[in-house]
Amino acid sequence: MEQEELRRLESKCIQESPPACTAACPIHVDARKLMLAIQNEDWQGALAVLWQKQPFPRIISRICDHPCEEACRRGEVGDAVSSSALERYCVTKHTYKAPPARPAITKNQKVAIIGGGLRGLTAALDLGKKGYQVTIFEKEDRLGGKLWNYKQTLTPDVIEEDLKLLNRPNIEVRLNSQVAQEDLPLIREQFKSVFLALAFHGEAALALLGAGYSVDFRTCATSLEGVFASGYEGKPSPIQEVAEGRRAAVSIDRYLQGASLTASREWDGEYQTNLYVNLKGIEPQKAVAMANESAGYTQEEAVAEAKRCLNCQCLECVKACKFLEFYGKYPKKYLREIYNNDAIVKGTRYANKMINSCSLCGLCEEVCPHELNMGDVCLASREGMVRNNRMPPSAHDFALEDMAFSNSEEFTLTRHQPGWTQSKYVFFPGCQLSGSSPKHVEKVYNLLAEKLQGGVGLMLRCCGAPAKWAGEQEIYQKAQEALLEQWASLGKPQIIVACSSCFSMFKDHLPVLSLWEVLNATDIPLPVNPTPYKVAVQDACSTRHEGSIHQAVRELLNKLNCQVEELPYSKELTKCCGFGGLTAFANKALAKEIVASRSEESSLDYVAYCAMCRDRFAASGKRILHLLDLIFPAEDGVVGEKEDPATREDPGFSMRHENRRRLKKQLLRELWQEALDEEGGDQAIELIMSEEVRKKAEERLILTEDIQQVIQVAEESGRKFVNPENGHYLAHYRPSRVTYWVEYEVLEDGRYMVHNAYSHRMEVVEEVKS
Amino acid sequence: MSNKDNQPKTLWKCGKCNAELSPGTIVVKYLGNELRVEELKCPHCGLVLITEELALGKMYEVEQSLEDK
Repeated sequence: MEQEELRRLESKCIQESPPACTAACPIHVDARKLMLAIQNEDWQGALAVLWQKQPFPRIISRICDHPCEEACRRGEVGDAVSSSALERYCVTKHTYKAPPARPAITKNQKVAIIGGGLRGLTAALDLGKKGYQVTIFEKEDRLGGKLWNYKQTLTPDVIEEDLKLLNRPNIEVRLNSQVAQEDLPLIREQFKSVFLALAFHGEAALALLGAGYSVDFRTCATSLEGVFASGYEGKPSPIQEVAEGRRAAVSIDRYLQGASLTASREWDGEYQTNLYVNLKGIEPQKAVAMANESAGYTQEEAVAEAKRCLNCQCLECVKACKFLEFYGKYPKKYLREIYNNDAIVKGTRYANKMINSCSLCGLCEEVCPHELNMGDVCLASREGMVRNNRMPPSAHDFALEDMAFSNSEEFTLTRHQPGWTQSKYVFFPGCQLSGSSPKHVEKVYNLLAEKLQGGVGLMLRCCGAPAKWAGEQEIYQKAQEALLEQWASLGKPQIIVACSSCFSMFKDHLPVLSLWEVLNATDIPLPVNPTPYKVAVQDACSTRHEGSIHQAVRELLNKLNCQVEELPYSKELTKCCGFGGLTAFANKALAKEIVASRSEESSLDYVAYCAMCRDRFAASGKRILHLLDLIFPAEDGVVGEKEDPATREDPGFSMRHENRRRLKKQLLRELWQEALDEEGGDQAIELIMSEEVRKKAEERLILTEDIQQVIQVAEESGRKFVNPENGHYLAHYRPSRVTYWVEYEVLEDGRYMVHNAYSHRMEVVEEVKS
Repeated sequence: MSNKDNQPKTLWKCGKCNAELSPGTIVVKYLGNELRVEELKCPHCGLVLITEELALGKMYEVEQSLEDK
């Protein structure tokens, strides 16, 4: 990822944008943080928030006119949070223990401030903290101006306490010092810069600057060099006066340092935030009432009121996606981590696993207000890892081997319909349906061949999705080329796919139809449920944008007398089952969480139309059917023991291989009357495995054929360990990149009882002496 | 990956030589990295024992960390 691209993507994630209250505050008090502190009864934390932005917190928190309340998003669902009353509560009921002040820097430049009201005081304090030599000219005999008029809200002791903040060696206060127009030239001579801290076009300002003077509101600059003045024309507002004093101080500091007055000031003062906040489903709430209005909130009331704060955040994608939630951050942070990970030349790339954990399903883009797709970013990063030879082999090796198997002689098949020499259509069931439910492939093929005119060919192989997801562009390309060649050999027929992933791999460059659309549009016999069957649909993530597929699936279900109750996330908002993007291989724990949380969205039986979705939910114990289970229900087995298709087990990886192998053989034999050579070799090794051992091997991605191979090699070479106590053998074999170990026992009848299986990727260099 | 002090006792014997296993230096390789470690092996034919504990424990950890280097 180039830096420019990083910036472009980062700008789409608005999670770090300030909440509406902070953006509406002219001095940007972090009200959201304040509310969190109050909720936690962290009074020092709450006061620290006020002290951070307010120059005179005891004063301002009592008299602020709180534009934040008008902007508060809680106000759209009930009353706005009473931040005004809450701030007052904090400063009246609690005392801030300010951390020791940092040693002051001193600058020689002198600044004159004319007017000792809120504007002037704020500018004086801000510039004083920056080390300038500040002199305040106040015409009255005390500082504060209108502050003294508040009486009840603002008692003299509070004003006096806060004004002590001005007690610094570099701030001089000249009381009873009225400055007239004719004094100005002298002051401008004595001081490097002057701030006329007087209301815009007020009497005092007019007297000093004359009628018709102008001020740039954004910078407080006047036409006089080094002279700054108020330009605020809105309704009288204490917080605007503070903001203006601060704005002038920033300008004076920049002016005295020779910096630009205007650069990067778009976030000065109040503005509209672009933080997106989803208010859907939030119950309206009224403000917490005060038991005693004149005394203000009690602690209990204050905490309850602060708890009404919505803690405005976007996090739309994080709320929707387990992967984004899993690593505890949000896209802006992830983008930076991915960028850094890509850039590391030497050292540990900590984000590899995170990058390989995304399902690439695109739900984030659907829910993001700015359509940021983290899947695209993760995929591009994976492709980079592969190109630079940095992809951790353990992440995707197994899936790629599985794909290689499906594109080997073991499974691949391309044929016209028996008795035909051309194909108008070709059925492409894909590797997962063939692995999960080969009988359905056969039934669908027979049905299509019967119902569709013009010849229906058959292609068995993998579409290449695993390579695509793994970032293996070259392998994907080769798989596609081989597939295109086979497809062309049939005369480029219309492809009918049963798998959503195949659909997504083909749709941009091949004529592809979804099996569900075809079945829905064809007059086929459907076994209608005698009573309505309520189900929820697990839409496939790889066809989230294919509205016509969603519709066809629902119409088919309707014809079957199934009543669909939509999941909260369905159709274009559907969630991945954890197989997409190969998450299940790169991050098993996350993939399990994904299925578990998706399963909880409804207690109804789910219907999937992707075999991998079905198998993953089945493996987790969720009742789920494949749409084909409903269209082609299993015939009764033993009388009275009809299989419940919603509890059919996940066949597992070994069985999927076996199923694909058998499917090819069976179809060749039954439909095309072709026989394959009988297999020998590994298949001669007959295994007995307990359910526990079988599951363990499955979990460890060790196939039955791997186990058979280890035993065969060990029995032929005699290279194995023996446990004299129980007669078990332990042997290993490394066919390519993984070493498999099997603990087994030779039974009297010549079969092998498997007790354990494990593997490692590291290669042991053995100096074998024969 | 393991050292002499905590070298586990094992019941496994070499099935070919019928010999007790003894610790010896072996070389393990992964992604272009080579490590010399002490593991149990057959003193006669050199067959090396990698236990389940080692394969799924320390060895896996080292593999994972080398994969991210």
